[in-house]
Amino acid sequence: MLEHYLSLAVKAIFVENMALAFFLGMCSFLACSKKVETALGLGAAVIFVLSITVPANNLIYNYLLKEGALAWASPQLAGYDLSFLGYLTYIGTIAAMVQIVEMTLDRFFPALYGALGVFLPLIAVNCAILGASLFMVERDYTLAESAVFGLGSGIGWFLAVVALAAIRERMRYSNVPAGLRGLGITFILTGLMAIGFMAFSGIAL
Amino acid sequence: MADKTSRVLLDPLFENNPIALQVLGICSALAVTTKMETTVVMCLAVIGVLAGSNFTVSMLRNHIPPSIRIIVQLTIIASLVIVTDQILKAYLFEVSKQLSVFVGLIITNCIIMGRAEAYAMQNNPLMSLLDGIGNGLGYSVILLVTGFLRELFGSGKLFGQVVLPLASEGGWYVPNGLLVLSPSAFFIIGFLIWAIRTWKPEQVEED
Repeated sequence: MLEHYLSLAVKAIFVENMALAFFLGMCSFLACSKKVETALGLGAAVIFVLSITVPANNLIYNYLLKEGALAWASPQLAGYDLSFLGYLTYIGTIAAMVQIVEMTLDRFFPALYGALGVFLPLIAVNCAILGASLFMVERDYTLAESAVFGLGSGIGWFLAVVALAAIRERMRYSNVPAGLRGLGITFILTGLMAIGFMAFSGIAL
Repeated sequence: MADKTSRVLLDPLFENNPIALQVLGICSALAVTTKMETTVVMCLAVIGVLAGSNFTVSMLRNHIPPSIRIIVQLTIIASLVIVTDQILKAYLFEVSKQLSVFVGLIITNCIIMGRAEAYAMQNNPLMSLLDGIGNGLGYSVILLVTGFLRELFGSGKLFGQVVLPLASEGGWYVPNGLLVLSPSAFFIIGFLIWAIRTWKPEQVEED
């Protein structure tokens, strides 16, 4: 049983890395990776939000939206299928969760809030977060599985963004052609990193 | 006036391209460009949602309280995406299967939020509609070029029709397998940015 969760986590972190295998969350991935310090903050915020929103959306999907999911409320509702409302509900949950996390951190952990503060609102529109929820629905994970999947995808994204930021800090010492400076070379770097991560494909515990 | 209108519509194509300069909406650009067919459908969907959301947000801009604007914008966008998704499922089921989660991910495509926030909140509905269409077209230009190169040289086809007969099927063209894999999209877009910035040197970033 434990092995199953471990293998799911390894898969989410390395084999199906959100950033480098599915290319989700690319906008903030490219825009906020100029310095390792900012990358650390953003990555930590992503881990945090992903490991809360994926299980939360799992509960919503299984108890409110899935076909026949409303049967617990009353037998008359058993025939309803609200899954077409999925997108609206998931994004609403994510935006609300980000707001709650922001307020909680502000109240109880001001130091952490100071470090993550700027990045939290950005995360509501990070495709990695919505993507993880949509994958969770598509693959029909249970609550425990989706918690592991959310945490794993967050760690994977964190590793990728910190690695890219470290490479970009070193890039400052190299002589890049004028037109490629900044965004262009970052695209090519990410492509090379993605090829590197393809080496993990097929690995299972 | 006519000059300003055409600038709003045409500037995002090369002068202020959402992907190459504003760094918006990259996620979906990479995953859907293996074939021209999915690329074209994705571009149309994005143009439609972007124009619709810019128009709607702009009409409501004086009624949205600033503190909850993000959630209101997301709701408008998500509703438009649900409509698009249902239309695709009804009329283009095969393509919609191939696009899978990426139709849903239009919601978090930063082009749409970015334009709603940066343009539609300050301008009138007609100009916002044009800005939406213009930015959608700018996004499409990059996607279509990438999709064209990847399908033509990766599998020798365009829109599923054989253009370069493959060596494995008795033709002469040996396909480049790298172009079918997703990392190749990064290289192509990277080189496209290089090309655009060589053509328009004022876009070059200084470190």
